[in-house]
Amino acid sequence: MNLQTSRRGRAWVVALAVAIGLLMTGCASDTPQSVLEPAGDSARKADGLWNLTFSIAIVVFVLVQAALVYSVIRYRARPGREARQFEGNARLEVILTVIPALILAAIAVPTVGTIFDLATEPTGDDVLQVNVQGRQYWWLYEYPDLDVVTANELHIPVGTPVNVTIEGYDVNHSFWVPRLAGTQDVVPGRVNRMTLEADEPGTYRGQCKEFCGLSHANMALRVVAHEPAGFETWIAQQQQPADKPGDSLAAEGADLFVNGSADGQFADGAACATCHAIEGLEGAVGVIGPNLTHLQSRKTFAAGLFKTNEANLRAWLADPPARKPGSQMPDVGLTEGQIDALVAYLGTLK
Amino acid sequence: MATAAAGTDRRYFARPTAKTGWWAWMTTVDHKKIGILYGFTSFVFFIIGGIQALIMRSQLATPDGEIVSAAMYNQLFTMHGLTMIFLVVMPMGTALINFLLPLMIGARDVAFPRMNAFSYWVFLLGGLFLYSSFILGGAADGGWFGYAPLNRELPGNGMTYYSLGLQILGIASLAGAVNFIVTILNMRAPGMTLMRMPVFVWMTLVVSFLLLFALPVIGVALWQLMFDRLFGTSFYDPGAGGDPLLWQHLFWLFGHPEVYIMILPAMGIVSEVLPAFARKPLFGYPAIVFAGAAIAFMGWGVWAHHMFAAGLGPVANSAFALSTMLIAVPTGVKIFNWIGTIWGGAVRLTTAFLFAAGFVSMFIIGGLSGVTHAIVPHDAQQTDTYYVVGHLHYVLFGGSIFGLFAGLYYWWPKIFGRLLNERIGKLHFWLMIIGFNLTFGPFHVLGLLGMQRRIYRYAPGLGFDLWNLVATIGAFTIALSIVVFLVNAVVTARRGEQASADPWDARTIEWMIPSPPPEHNFDVVPVIRHRDDWWHRKYITDPKGTPSPVIAGGADAREMPPEERDNATASEDEQAHGIHLPSPSYYPLVTAVGLPIAGYGVLYQPLLLAAGFLIVLVGAFGWVLEPPAEPAGAEAV
Repeated sequence: MNLQTSRRGRAWVVALAVAIGLLMTGCASDTPQSVLEPAGDSARKADGLWNLTFSIAIVVFVLVQAALVYSVIRYRARPGREARQFEGNARLEVILTVIPALILAAIAVPTVGTIFDLATEPTGDDVLQVNVQGRQYWWLYEYPDLDVVTANELHIPVGTPVNVTIEGYDVNHSFWVPRLAGTQDVVPGRVNRMTLEADEPGTYRGQCKEFCGLSHANMALRVVAHEPAGFETWIAQQQQPADKPGDSLAAEGADLFVNGSADGQFADGAACATCHAIEGLEGAVGVIGPNLTHLQSRKTFAAGLFKTNEANLRAWLADPPARKPGSQMPDVGLTEGQIDALVAYLGTLK
Repeated sequence: MATAAAGTDRRYFARPTAKTGWWAWMTTVDHKKIGILYGFTSFVFFIIGGIQALIMRSQLATPDGEIVSAAMYNQLFTMHGLTMIFLVVMPMGTALINFLLPLMIGARDVAFPRMNAFSYWVFLLGGLFLYSSFILGGAADGGWFGYAPLNRELPGNGMTYYSLGLQILGIASLAGAVNFIVTILNMRAPGMTLMRMPVFVWMTLVVSFLLLFALPVIGVALWQLMFDRLFGTSFYDPGAGGDPLLWQHLFWLFGHPEVYIMILPAMGIVSEVLPAFARKPLFGYPAIVFAGAAIAFMGWGVWAHHMFAAGLGPVANSAFALSTMLIAVPTGVKIFNWIGTIWGGAVRLTTAFLFAAGFVSMFIIGGLSGVTHAIVPHDAQQTDTYYVVGHLHYVLFGGSIFGLFAGLYYWWPKIFGRLLNERIGKLHFWLMIIGFNLTFGPFHVLGLLGMQRRIYRYAPGLGFDLWNLVATIGAFTIALSIVVFLVNAVVTARRGEQASADPWDARTIEWMIPSPPPEHNFDVVPVIRHRDDWWHRKYITDPKGTPSPVIAGGADAREMPPEERDNATASEDEQAHGIHLPSPSYYPLVTAVGLPIAGYGVLYQPLLLAAGFLIVLVGAFGWVLEPPAEPAGAEAV
């Protein structure tokens, strides 16, 4: 009877493990950041190691838990039962030391291989170079060879290895797009590196992963992978300067953007252009905040916190730190009219 | 009874002599009282840390939770970590060590009883100092490992309280470590060789050495942080030639041995509880001892596995991956040996045993998830997500806390003279293990679904909602189980079953003496002839290995003179002079008080800093000039 109990117990454990495993996968659309749904080369290599290790871990888990549960049930005290007085078993102990060591050695070999593989910088003419800088609380992207600077949404062509260098600016962050690659930290004073490559076109969501302050939770990012032609189109668009604003409200906004308010409504005489750059708007050369030249081409702003639409922009401009705790963009006390003008102008930045 | 000696010319005030009442507790140097003080204080902190967790879990039960602000949440998760590590797991282990170490080695107290009391007061005052930050401008909010440069940038005093508070607490642990090492190496009863010591004593020795070497490292890091925040230095500022990674290296060089400091006492407890209730010796005692020492030693070589995503390069990452995998081997040895201890036994499923077996079960899971962290390319996915939070809670809660509860249920009768109720205890166990798995099992899933750690909110539509809700339900279940435990403790305080000296028919010599023990512990210091010496005094084994009780005057008389077996004859010296016990003292408390005052001085007012150091000086001076025991304080045997 006791053996049956243990075998049944074991079967339940296996069923449970399988169920948990299945439950963990889920669909990519419901779980856009799932580590278990790799969509790029680096993530797939890591996932391969995981499959190997996790499978072994499940087997070890089942066997050892079964032995524990079995021993507790089978050897519980009953009238007349005497405990067997043994102090050890040298041969068993050696075997149970050697076997785990061998299993670990087996896992170690592909692990070290993959470590070096992923650390190797991609070479070739088609490698795209992107510099990422993590700042509180947004992401700066620079395509040095293409003369493009943007923020929060990183566009790449599919099937092309992207060499991402990662730099710091203020505090530690961590650049993470789970479906495409494991993370690398943003460390001020250091340059880290990863290779990013997406198999399929699509949007891949990521987050800052190293606690960085009040809005660490609000520092998402998106990697948008295009077919090569689509990527070329995007680059061409990003390389264009912003148009001069057409209507008068937007023009007023552009003026406010660069010069601030005539009656000193902006704090410290600063203007938007103190921190933000817009190609094609003279005087807007600030490099502290995100480049806004093509703001409307980004689906979200404030590092993925808000959809890019008029209502959200209005709410944001009214009081940024209230919308995003710890935001480095201050509340400068804009009036309704000023917000109207700025939003009108920002709406032209396609 | 001791009488106060006439005032001599070498003391500032008369020696305290109280044996009962709150003044006795304030001036005690008795390891048993100090152990109880540690236990009570750390349990209060456990509840506070648990409430912090419940608030966080309430916030995260739904997406876009709005129960607390981001600023408050950051303080909560930071203080939750600091509390559970420095104010719960470590001191609760110290509570049991304090009470039991002298009893387990046949000593009357630890080597330095006043320093023992000092350690407790510094712990209490350091904890209060750290917590006072909540009402003095905000608590630490940079995470319990407070990475640079953020640890300098965070405004307010929170992270300065972090630096000062941990330095103060470190002094308590360092003093304790020195005390326990000297005690174990010098004060064992005659015949107790190192390989006859209980495993709990071995683990205490190992942990004390870990503390001795690890605490100075974090002391340096915290000291440098304090200078960065207060005096404009730039140890971790790359703009001025510093390096943020220097903080990480220093922190984790402490931090990794720290996790072994937290788990090894619990492993020691389990190594005592399982044999007692299986009624057979620990399986593979030498292997368990050596594995514990090996884990401690190898634990110095794995620290950068906390930094796999920091960019140390493939060579360093590979080296630390290998060392981390290697440390799984001695850990596995211990797990197999604990199962081997149960195997073939006649197991009594008491609450203490259930918690010990639960420890093994939960530690298997935590250990396996730890091995997956060693797979560096995949750790780059796991790190800084809820997967790691799942791992760490399986080893620190499912491991350390479960182990500590096993110890509490096992030694409760020895400490308090009453047994905890077994049925209520089992309710506690099952509620806790179910709630625990409901809470932290889903954390692994959440991590793999992409939920990063230390976030006060998450967006809907990411697939995190269901598992967060489940985890919150689990957390409240754990809370309910703690209430059950408290009910048990309170109800049995007055009406619990009185405990005999040896209610469990156990194996080690602390069970030889009454429950609770008299102040002097042993009437006669026993001579030790075996590992599990008490068991061998009670039972003699036949050639087949079956134990049978020793009848008074029976076969065992061949081995041991009867007066020795019955622990009835004092040594010649004690017969002549009586048992010498250390006398109570004010100075541990006085000296300890100076430390938080100095801390407040650093923060607010240099005069306070001077005052604090002056108090420490006065206290230390008085301490040094005061004899450990008053001649008039001896008790006749």
